[in-house]
Amino acid sequence: MLQLFKFRGGVKPQTNKTPSLGEPIAVAPLPTRLIVPLHQSIGGTPDPLIAPGDRVLKGQRIGGADGWISSAVHAPTSGTVLAVEEHVAAHPSGLPTLSVIIEPDGRDEWIARTPVDYRSLAPESVREMLRDAGVVGLGGAVFPSHAKLTASKTVPMEELVINGAECEPFITCDDLLMRERADEVVRGIGIFRDLLRPQRVLIGIEDNKPEAVAAMKTAVQALGENFEVIAVPTRYPAGGAKQLIRVLTGKEVPAAKRSTDLGVQCFNVATAYTAWRAIAHGEPVISRIVTLTGNVERPRNWEVLIGTPLAEFVALGQPKPDTNGYLMGGPMMGFEMPSDAPLVKATNCIIAGSPTLFPPKAPEMPCIRCGECAKACPHELQPFELYWFARAKNFGKTQEYHIFDCIECGCCSYVCPSRIPLVQYFRFAKSEIWAREREKKAADTAKTRFEFRNFREEREKAEKAERLAKAAAAKAAEKKAEAKPAAEAAAGALADAPAAQAAAPTDAEAAKKAAIAAAMERARQQREAAQPKNTEALTPVQQRDIAEVDARRRQAGIETPGEPSGTADANAPAAPAAGSEEARP
Amino acid sequence: MDFTTPPYLLKNASVQRVMLQVLLALLPGIAAYVWLIGPIIFVQLAIASLAALAAEALMLKLRDKPLGLFLGDGSALVTAWLIALTFPPMAPWWLLVVGVLFAIVVAKHLYGGLGQNPFNPAMVAFAVCIVSFPALMSQWPALGLGLSFNQQLDIVAGLAPRVDALTGATPLDAIKTALKLGEGSIDVPSLLANQNIFGNFAGRGWEWVAAGYLLGGLWLWKRGIVGWQAPAGFIAGLVLIAGALWLWNPAQFANPLFHLFSGGAMLGAFFIVTDPVSGCTTPKGKFIFGLAAGLLAYLIRVFGGYPDGVAFAVLLLNICVPLIDMYTQPPIFGMKGEK
Amino acid sequence: MLTAILIMALGAVVLGAALGYASIKFKVEGDPLVDKIDAILPQTQCGQCGYPGCKPYAEAISKGEADINLCPPGGMEGVQRLADLLGREVKPLEAEEKPKQVAIIDEQTCIGCTLCIQACPVDAIVGAAKQMHTIVESLCTGCELCVPPCPVECIRMEPVAETIDNWKWKYPVIELKKVA
Repeated sequence: MLQLFKFRGGVKPQTNKTPSLGEPIAVAPLPTRLIVPLHQSIGGTPDPLIAPGDRVLKGQRIGGADGWISSAVHAPTSGTVLAVEEHVAAHPSGLPTLSVIIEPDGRDEWIARTPVDYRSLAPESVREMLRDAGVVGLGGAVFPSHAKLTASKTVPMEELVINGAECEPFITCDDLLMRERADEVVRGIGIFRDLLRPQRVLIGIEDNKPEAVAAMKTAVQALGENFEVIAVPTRYPAGGAKQLIRVLTGKEVPAAKRSTDLGVQCFNVATAYTAWRAIAHGEPVISRIVTLTGNVERPRNWEVLIGTPLAEFVALGQPKPDTNGYLMGGPMMGFEMPSDAPLVKATNCIIAGSPTLFPPKAPEMPCIRCGECAKACPHELQPFELYWFARAKNFGKTQEYHIFDCIECGCCSYVCPSRIPLVQYFRFAKSEIWAREREKKAADTAKTRFEFRNFREEREKAEKAERLAKAAAAKAAEKKAEAKPAAEAAAGALADAPAAQAAAPTDAEAAKKAAIAAAMERARQQREAAQPKNTEALTPVQQRDIAEVDARRRQAGIETPGEPSGTADANAPAAPAAGSEEARP
Repeated sequence: MDFTTPPYLLKNASVQRVMLQVLLALLPGIAAYVWLIGPIIFVQLAIASLAALAAEALMLKLRDKPLGLFLGDGSALVTAWLIALTFPPMAPWWLLVVGVLFAIVVAKHLYGGLGQNPFNPAMVAFAVCIVSFPALMSQWPALGLGLSFNQQLDIVAGLAPRVDALTGATPLDAIKTALKLGEGSIDVPSLLANQNIFGNFAGRGWEWVAAGYLLGGLWLWKRGIVGWQAPAGFIAGLVLIAGALWLWNPAQFANPLFHLFSGGAMLGAFFIVTDPVSGCTTPKGKFIFGLAAGLLAYLIRVFGGYPDGVAFAVLLLNICVPLIDMYTQPPIFGMKGEK
Repeated sequence: MLTAILIMALGAVVLGAALGYASIKFKVEGDPLVDKIDAILPQTQCGQCGYPGCKPYAEAISKGEADINLCPPGGMEGVQRLADLLGREVKPLEAEEKPKQVAIIDEQTCIGCTLCIQACPVDAIVGAAKQMHTIVESLCTGCELCVPPCPVECIRMEPVAETIDNWKWKYPVIELKKVA
């Protein structure tokens, strides 16, 4: 038997998992409308590949991955794209994000699905396939899975950890997935194994899910794999990737390192399942299993299309009348979902809340430094110290006390006798630090650009001065040359001198004037010849716009392109600028 | 539903519960104390509690804080009880009130109230009173006088002459005085043999009060309210220096057991150095805090001018808390072995 | 007596020499204070402080010529940080604090006069003569310097919109009073 390790801290809240375990996974009916946000994973926002009015098929890619750390998004069913617009996202901010709104046609018509034997493909193309199938970490972090499937070049891959711990209270979607579809989960793990080539594969499941453990063991045996299915002690947050890695391998991954640097990688069971469906069935991630529980009459797990509106989904569970809100995720790390947001890939659980289920919090008291939070912290931080600094907005100090090692699991807030919302302070501090870094970057860019601009202006001035000096020198030379014959003439015929002197400049001036006139004429001709080609067949609106612009230009005292203009553009508006200054209140 | 912030599940914990358990843990010691001195202890506890609640309410009002929330947290009661238990049992009522007022008003609220005081309020009260009223603070009742409750009440209320009834001395005092008077001709073991004063192993009666605190303290540890580090450190510090000196010269220095069970040692070990607000917070820091407090307490009680040294030792260590905490930050997950 | 004076004098000489040596040996190049101040300033280069850019303002502060509360884009927080750095008193900001803004050109109205391009201190406006101009939002510092030169008033300032990407967790609200 494998030796298990312990992680420090953690808590044991009531699990509340039984209500939603009573019935098998059911397929949720087609909703009347699907709202598919384009940004559903960590990384770049996919670009929309469709336009409003397009007909899409089930599984058709509607958002292409933007860069390597990004993941594609697909139409969950066949229908018509109504709009590509900003829609409220499943995010604690309640802010909108670019989403594709699809009206299902009810036919649920698939695109052509092509199963592939991934063993015959290069690992590179398997990773690309996973990216284009939208496979992301379904444990909640939605990190693009393909980007995690490259082993470190220097560190040998020792363990692949598969996370079926599901430590948060209420959530049972992974439990039921393992019970009912263990075979496909194990096959999916096989794909990950073949890409990463670890020495061992460890599947960690909390010991409060004996059925899941048994099902997985059977599946592993049936498929002749050598994966180890291990029941780990039930303690929140045993399902945190870093905690599970610690429990199964004894390795501790700090915030500053990637787990592959320590020769270990971790995936969720549901991710393995979707990876198998994507590769072996050609089905991209368009649905997921979601636990609907809490204050509802019929708690159970549903296989739901991504993009299903929250309201339509919760109606399936028949929420009780005193329901006053819905949590997405578990009660430890979840957040209140905006009521018109859609379900996304990160949605593993929806909990209907009520005042009895989640009573209002008692008032916050001052910290008495009892150290309970430090005892509960699975990352062995000193949350109360972080709290002092975050509260005082002393962000430098929070970083010294390792705020970015905080995984926001909520254990500290859970045990705090003063009921201080510690996690919220940490999130506040983290987002402030990020904002400051952004600002600093922007300020640095602005500074370099400003300095370059000053440098450029100096350079231009210098160049101009040089040019002027050259021109002056040339003129002086010309004058000298002119002066010579004049002097000779003067020497030859003194009597004619006044006439000659008068004639010379006049001739020169006339010639200059003629040259200028000729140049202007040439310029005019050129301009006329180079009339914009796109001005034929203008719509009345465009013609009106052009007329308006021309009118404004005249008003501002600037010549329109059609009129001859001899002055340099940059100098032209000097007068109008002053004029408009007057017009300003 | 309060949706502002996760987690939405909270453990059933509160400051009030913590404080209540501390009060409960004091009960065995109090019971022994009452058995030793009499029900006057209850009167003293009541006086201190009332004064503390009144002072707390006044300060909360002045500081514009919600009364109901903070008055019920029990922290003022803990301070009051500790003061009542560390002051001489028949101290006049006003002395107790002065101590409590100083603790709550100055040591607690002027520093920012609950959770903000750098010094242990009860120990501040003790230190202030022993400096200001040295005579009153060293008048301990002679045991076995058999004073009735009414007589004790009269003494506390200031209606009866104090001197006659209060010629007693604590065992610590007794040793110190004897050694001073004897100028080296007296040896400690023969002194300790006097069961009338020194009881079975530390001090007649007093040893059982200390044992009561030990019992309550162990219960607190079992409940997870206090960590083992601070009490263990304190006991280790006290035993270490007491044992070393006792081994070196048993005639001049009392044995460690005596020191452990006399004066405020046990109360200090489990109820004073474990105060989370004014104490260290890191595991290592807590042990160092306890250890240093134990050593200092011994030095002050044996070589200093005061009968007991726990209060001064704790106050001195309170100053060092930020420093100790800073240097004893534990390594975090994934960064062990890195410096 | 004499020995005492001698010893003291000797001590003074030795320590003085050591200090003098240290000041030469460990001489700090440039003026780090100006750079430190400049690092706090928001680099909008808006000139609202009355100096042509952030660096000149930083130099003026370090020389003691300028007050620390003249930078509206830096806000009260900037004043606070400057006060901390320089050990000066915190003063209320001279002007009112505004949320961070970006300039937006109404492309229908723009006549392509290039005046705003010349005004922009960070070259965040692209366009050519008689061509429509536009502002590169990510580079705009919100300094408003492009607004007055526009002859057709087609530039407006808009506060930076909150999106999911720049959304911040709020400071927890402590409502002691309410619950009591």
